[in-house]
Amino acid sequence: MVTQITSFGRSGLYDWMMQRVSAVVLSLYTVFIIGYLLLNPDLTYDQWSALFEATWMRIFSLMVLLSIGMHSWIGLWSISTDYIKATGARFFFQSLCGLVMFIYIVWGVQVLWGL
Amino acid sequence: MLVSIYRYNPEKDDAPYMQDYEIELPAGKDLMVLDVLNLLKAQDPSISYRRSCREGVCGSDGMNMSGKNGLACITPVSEAVKKGKLVLRPLPGLPVVRDLVVDMGQFYKQYEKIRPYLLNDTPAPAIERLQSPEEREKLDGLYECILCACCSTACPSFWWNPDKFVGPSGLLQAYRFLADSRDTATQERLSDLDDPFSVFRCHGIMNCVNVCPKGLNPTKAIGNIRTMLLQRAT
Repeated sequence: MVTQITSFGRSGLYDWMMQRVSAVVLSLYTVFIIGYLLLNPDLTYDQWSALFEATWMRIFSLMVLLSIGMHSWIGLWSISTDYIKATGARFFFQSLCGLVMFIYIVWGVQVLWGL
Repeated sequence: MLVSIYRYNPEKDDAPYMQDYEIELPAGKDLMVLDVLNLLKAQDPSISYRRSCREGVCGSDGMNMSGKNGLACITPVSEAVKKGKLVLRPLPGLPVVRDLVVDMGQFYKQYEKIRPYLLNDTPAPAIERLQSPEEREKLDGLYECILCACCSTACPSFWWNPDKFVGPSGLLQAYRFLADSRDTATQERLSDLDDPFSVFRCHGIMNCVNVCPKGLNPTKAIGNIRTMLLQRAT
């Protein structure tokens, strides 16, 4: 068995499952947003703002943000272990990805809750 | 016909190169690629390649023919020729020993890792461990693998991580023993595969299925291993 400490859940099965679960959340959100835009062709700022003020929409959006973080972490971790063979460079790339994802999530929370 | 062959003799050459040969093929006959190699070997005895049974059973002459892995002995020239040219290269991703001969060490190491033999801690019966016809049927499509390495060397995940990813061939065999009713080490075997590399480096691109000269389906076996892991953990 190959052990890995930088992978998302440190288990292949867990990472694999989380990637699929997050993919489902992301597709549901995409379908919802596209559907909403199609059903409201004359969308106004107030309508859009009201949508994102609803608690369920904020929860849904936060779920999507976390899913993006997880999904991209697992994906980029795979890519980095495939193509970056030097340990230092790989660890730097992985840390950078982690930092960017963390920033996006915190920033996303600020945007969603209008902090 | 023009045949272009990958040549590399580490004792003489600084770098590998492609050498072109012109060959007259007998009319009205579709030779196998191995026959062409044998004819060329008569012309130039320095060409090196592995071959043994010449009928697709031993798995010795796996090579890359005009971009697709396969067994030279059962691949007709008409299938392998592209634009009037036959390009022969060693299996990709493995170290080249000489010309079309590759070092299969890494491939066998992965095969060894999955413990390709029955593990059973119950007392051995007087004659043999019996299987029902239904239980035996589960091994069809798995046991036929001849370890030619065509699949694993067609897999990008195996190219990038040959030391960590078991590869399609090894995983087909792993499932062959997971599915065997006579094997009692299922839990141990699954625990050995539950890391981010051994099984989960497979992204299901199915290059293995595309090239397998025996028509086997490693991607399906890998899917079955994933299902077993998931059922055990949820």
